Amino acid sequence: MADPTPPTPPTSTTPPATDAAGGSAADGALTRSTAVALAARLRRGEVSAREVVDAHLDRIAALDGVVADGPVWAAKAAEELTADDVHAYLAVTADAARAHADDVDRRRAAGEELGPLAGVPLALKDVLTMRGAPTTCGSRMLEDWVPPYDATVTRRLRDADVVVLGKTNMDEYAMGSSTENSAYGPTRNPWDLDRVPGGSSGGSAAAVAGLLAPLAIGTDTGGSIRQPAALTGLVGAKPTYGTVSRYGLVAFASSLDQAGPFARTVEDAAQLQALIQGHDPRDSTSVREEVPDLLAHLRDGIDGLRIGVVTELQGEGYEPGIAATFEASLERFERLGATIVEVSLPHAPYGLPAYYLIAPSEASSNLARFDGVRYGLRVDAPTAEEMNAATRAAGFGPEVKRRIMIGTHALSSGYYDAYYLQASKVRTLIARDFAAAFETADVLVSPTSPSVSFGLGTKTADPIAMYLNDVATVPASLAGNPALSLPAGLAEAPDAPGTQLPVGLQLMAPLLRDDLMYRVAWAFEQDLGFDPVPTGPRAVEVAR
Amino acid sequence: MALSEAEVRHVARLARLALTDDEVAALAPQLSKILEYAEQVGEVAAGDDVEPTVHPFALANVVRADERRDGLTRDEVLAGAPATEADRFAVPRIVAEEG
Repeated sequence: MADPTPPTPPTSTTPPATDAAGGSAADGALTRSTAVALAARLRRGEVSAREVVDAHLDRIAALDGVVADGPVWAAKAAEELTADDVHAYLAVTADAARAHADDVDRRRAAGEELGPLAGVPLALKDVLTMRGAPTTCGSRMLEDWVPPYDATVTRRLRDADVVVLGKTNMDEYAMGSSTENSAYGPTRNPWDLDRVPGGSSGGSAAAVAGLLAPLAIGTDTGGSIRQPAALTGLVGAKPTYGTVSRYGLVAFASSLDQAGPFARTVEDAAQLQALIQGHDPRDSTSVREEVPDLLAHLRDGIDGLRIGVVTELQGEGYEPGIAATFEASLERFERLGATIVEVSLPHAPYGLPAYYLIAPSEASSNLARFDGVRYGLRVDAPTAEEMNAATRAAGFGPEVKRRIMIGTHALSSGYYDAYYLQASKVRTLIARDFAAAFETADVLVSPTSPSVSFGLGTKTADPIAMYLNDVATVPASLAGNPALSLPAGLAEAPDAPGTQLPVGLQLMAPLLRDDLMYRVAWAFEQDLGFDPVPTGPRAVEVAR
Repeated sequence: MALSEAEVRHVARLARLALTDDEVAALAPQLSKILEYAEQVGEVAAGDDVEPTVHPFALANVVRADERRDGLTRDEVLAGAPATEADRFAVPRIVAEEG
């Protein structure tokens, strides 16, 4: 009996053309692909998980500034990094990623039912624990610490067969807005390698924007996912507080910290958030309330929805390019059938001052555990107290010390009522403001960040200038509401005429209505047609 | 409020941070400026009718079932410690010897 159809080889046997980034043209297509498109090709058997992982590892080896050697690739030492190294990763778990990809391929070949993103690679912020690799939090304090357990987020990703490529750079203990507070050298913005990617999740943002991973996990305490997403042309979301487990997330400010997705499209981000959310008995702040399906109504459009423009989150302090892009975004919403309404969050101007009492206070308490006894660095001294103090002096960088000092002072005898308690009451008033605003609007919008990406070193001397990056993102953090940043276009850098950089638009939704936030974002994204691949004279190399 | 260098040293002691003289000199004006900024929260009228928020959902007394379950092994816990002795964390002297 003759079979008329010859078997098709699984992959092309033609040798691929080499491109400028040191990979092949075929690899270029794999690293440019969205997560959802990759997952579809993997399901159809057009490409293997191993090929997808190898394409990303090749690009990381060529562009990120790692020593591509051994089972875990380390980033080059800070002083050896060049101005062309993205430095998104602190460690690349190459062997483990290849082994996981091979395992996914084997199980797929055996007919096993796999998750929606099975075989898709991901970059994990180095504040979430993962067995088998260091978790440094961007700090010297934890330089050699290898955690004995997986964070719940890490475990859920593994259960879903998302392949972790490595751990990403960050501001030390997630304190910062530029990733310049990393003890291991700053990450560079793939759109302009002389500029910052934002922070604190700058490594995760740069990994996805630089096509060094299709997906990443970051954490957001006051804007640490949304602001870097804005500065690197990505979608980045802070889920409703309590819906993503904090187990294994090294705590900065426990009442605010929340892990969330980075991606190059809204759908990719929604898919990723869907994988990591859900109640976890290991986190006592985890909520049992469920978020509606993030994907079921993603494509429903926004005809008839009310978009609330927050009076207090615009105007003075926002760059002209940011303001103009925001105005154009409102017109786009109207064209899509939505109604623009003006809303007020009267206490929002007190959000940033409240945040800079609450977050440092909680940090000063959380970081007390780094005492040279159970993990991390120890500097020897004759007594335990001297050892604690010497260890902490050597292990923490300047911004972490500043925040511990602010927090310790704010919580110290006689100051608690005026500082932490008062700030926590302001938080209640901001949450009430949000609840009232959502009576007249379905979602709220604002610029994500008052500025486009700024030059490395330009804001490090003035802590408050750096803190102001979070002015628009902090209110939703304090209220606990879900919020997302997505690209709204490009605008000219005020300090470099002709340089076009990404601008983010922030969407804020009622508690647990992350689904609505994604639905609005998807409609906007489809209409805008933003290309997330970096361009510009100092952009990271991309095969075209 | 403005923090003096003496106050900075006091807070550093509470925080177990061995700061250098240069750090103390740099931190005093920086912390003063940050506190001055943060003290804007004092302008908000928030009396006893405003409960403080620490979580957007009203969770209370979250406890797990009182049943045995495996945790980390002793070796796993001690593996990350900078110094151990006889299956314990080793630390320098805590209590001064009595004269």
